[in-house]
Amino acid sequence: MKLNRRAFIGTGVAAAAVLQAPMVWSQGRARVVVIGGGAGGATVARYLAKDSQGQIDVTLVEPTRHYYTCFFSNLYIGGFRDIASIGHSYGKLAAEYGINVVHDWAVGVDRDAKTVTLAGGAVLPYDRLVLSPGIDFVDGSVPGWDVSVQHKMPHAYKAGSQSELLKAQIEAMPEGGRFAMVAPPNPFRCPPGPYERISMVAHLLTQVNPTAKILLVDPKEQFSKQALFEEGWQKHYGGMIERIGPDFGGDKVEVRADTMEVVIDGNAEKVDVCNVIPGQKAGRICEIAGVTEGNWAPVTGHTMQSRIDGNVYVLGDATNQGDMPKSGYSANSQAKVAAMAIRGELLGSSVFPAKFSNTCWSLIAPDDGVKVGAAYEATDEKIASVSSFISQTGEDAALRQQTYEESLGWYAGITSDMFG
Amino acid sequence: MISKVAAAIFLAGTCALAGAAQAELLGDAKRGEALFRDCSSCHQVGPDAENRIGPHLNGIFGRKAGSVGDDYRYSKGLARMGADGLVWSFDTLDAYIENPKALVSDTRMAYRGMKDEKDRADLLAYLRDFSASPANIPESQPTARAREVELSPETLAIVGDRAYGEYLSSECLTCHQRSGSNEGIPGIVGWPAEDFVIAMHAYKRQIRPHPVMQMMAGRLSDEEIAALAAYFEGLE
Repeated sequence: MKLNRRAFIGTGVAAAAVLQAPMVWSQGRARVVVIGGGAGGATVARYLAKDSQGQIDVTLVEPTRHYYTCFFSNLYIGGFRDIASIGHSYGKLAAEYGINVVHDWAVGVDRDAKTVTLAGGAVLPYDRLVLSPGIDFVDGSVPGWDVSVQHKMPHAYKAGSQSELLKAQIEAMPEGGRFAMVAPPNPFRCPPGPYERISMVAHLLTQVNPTAKILLVDPKEQFSKQALFEEGWQKHYGGMIERIGPDFGGDKVEVRADTMEVVIDGNAEKVDVCNVIPGQKAGRICEIAGVTEGNWAPVTGHTMQSRIDGNVYVLGDATNQGDMPKSGYSANSQAKVAAMAIRGELLGSSVFPAKFSNTCWSLIAPDDGVKVGAAYEATDEKIASVSSFISQTGEDAALRQQTYEESLGWYAGITSDMFG
Repeated sequence: MISKVAAAIFLAGTCALAGAAQAELLGDAKRGEALFRDCSSCHQVGPDAENRIGPHLNGIFGRKAGSVGDDYRYSKGLARMGADGLVWSFDTLDAYIENPKALVSDTRMAYRGMKDEKDRADLLAYLRDFSASPANIPESQPTARAREVELSPETLAIVGDRAYGEYLSSECLTCHQRSGSNEGIPGIVGWPAEDFVIAMHAYKRQIRPHPVMQMMAGRLSDEEIAALAAYFEGLE
C-alpha cells in the first residue's frame, strides 16, 4: 500500500483531522528524510528518532561532517570561545539515536515520486521530507560581491572557515586601520547578529589595535536591540564605531574587492577589512524543491508544513512563517512542533497545539549580556507573537553578567538538544 | 581553601577531615538567618523541615554527605562523595558553600557560591544551631513556613499528565539540560512536583523576576504546569 491517502488541503487545520487515522505500513517503517543538520534539522531528526521508538526511519542529509554553529561564532571572533567549542559532530545522532547520517549535498527533490537525489548520485525515497537548509545569499545584493571574492571580503554568516578568516583578517589589520561591515537588509538570519559582531570586533580591536576604527554601513533605519547596542558601544568603545544608515547612503553600497573599497552613495572609502553580509534567501534546495514563493518557503505555523506541499515540512531561517525571527532558537522550537506533527501523521501519536518561543542573547562586552525574546502561537495566517520582553538600558553589571552566564547555559542546552 | 579541603577529601579519605581543622570563625547566627533566605527556595531547616528541591539541613553538621534518607535523590557525585567518606563539618560546608561545583562538580545545587568568608561563617553559625542542639529547635509556628505563592488546594491537587508534560518539556529543554546540569541555567530534573508547581506559579504571577521564565510560565495553564511538574519529577 502506498501513502497517498489524502490530498493536502493547505491549512494547519487539515492536519488535526488526519490524526485519528494513522497510516498503516504494509512494508517497512515510515521514512523521513531531513535535509540540513543545523538547529532545525538536527533537532527534528533527533526528536523523531527518540520519540518514535524505532518506528520511523530517519535520514539526515548534511554536507559537513563537523558543524559550526552560527550562534556564538561572534563570541569566537571576540575571543570568548575557541573555534573547537562551537564545532559539533553527528556521531551521537548516528550511534545513540540510530539516525542514518549521510554527508552529502541534496541536489534534487522529486515531490511526485517523493525522492531526494544527492550529489553523489544516491536517491532517497521519503514519506515525509523536512527541509532545514538555512540561508543562501541573494545574487547582486551588494554590487561587486559574490562568493568568488568571499576570501577577500568574508561574510562569516555561515560559521566555520569564514569565521576563522574574518578573525585572522581583523588581527592582521595595520595599526589604526579600518574595519567595515556591510549589514544586510531585512529579513535576515539572526537580527541582532551583525550588531553583536560589531561589538565583538570592537572588543577584539581594543585588545590588539585600540586606535583602529569601525565603519558600519547599514541599509536599515533601525535594528534589533538598537538602544542596548548603542548604549553599550558608547560605554565600552566610545568613538570607535561609526554607523552610516540609509539617510546617508547606507542603502546605496557597492564594494571593490581588488582595491578593498566600499563605495557609499558614490564615495569610495578605503578599508583594511570588509565584512559583507549580503541579502538572504532560503537555502537553495527549497527553490529546487519548488516550495518557495519569492525568497522564502511559506509554511503553516500549526505544523510547519509547506503551504505548497503537505508532505514537505520546512524549518528555521528558510521559512516565511510570520513573526518569529530567523534564529537557531526559533528553528529548534519549530523542529519540535514539526516532529510532533510528523509523528502524529505517520504513527497516530498525540498532537497538541503548537507553541513556539525564542530568546536571542547578545554579548556587547565582557560580562555585558543582553537578551530579547517572545512567545508565539500558530494562527491560520501565521505564527503570531503573544508576548515579549527585552533587556533594559541602564541595567546593573550583576544582571548583565547573569544574562551572559545564562547565554552560556543556553548554548550548552540547545546544542545538547540538537546533537544529543 | 577550597583546594586544600578538596585535596584532603580526595587524598586522605574517610578520617582526614576530623584532623584537618581550619581556624573556625565564630559567626553571627542572627545575620546568618537573614543570609539563609537565599537558600530557602530549595532548603528547609528548623521545625518540620522536609526534603524539597534540596535536602533539609537539620543535623547537617556531622552528617555524611548524601545521606539524608532514601526519599531524597542526590546527584551521583554527591552520593559518591558520601560513600567515599565526606562528612559535613565547618570546613567542608565552608568549601562547598563558597563554590559548590569546585567540591562536587556535578552537584544539582544551582548556587553560584558565597564568596565572602564572614557571610559563610554567619550562615554556618545559623545552621549549626539546628545541629548542635536539635532538642532546642523551637516549636513549629502555624505561620512559620509561608509558601512563595498561595495556591488553592484544587490547583495543588491537579495530577499532571506526564505524556503531555513530556511534549511541553521540549520547550524547556532548549535551555534546561536533560542531564540536570546547572551551568548558567539551573537544572530542573527531579524536582518535587509541588516545588515545581509553586515556582512556576511564582513566575506566572511575576513574583519571581526572570523575564524568560515569566513569559514561559505566563502562557501555561494550571494543568500544563502540573503536567510539566509530573514529568520532571519522574526524570532521573
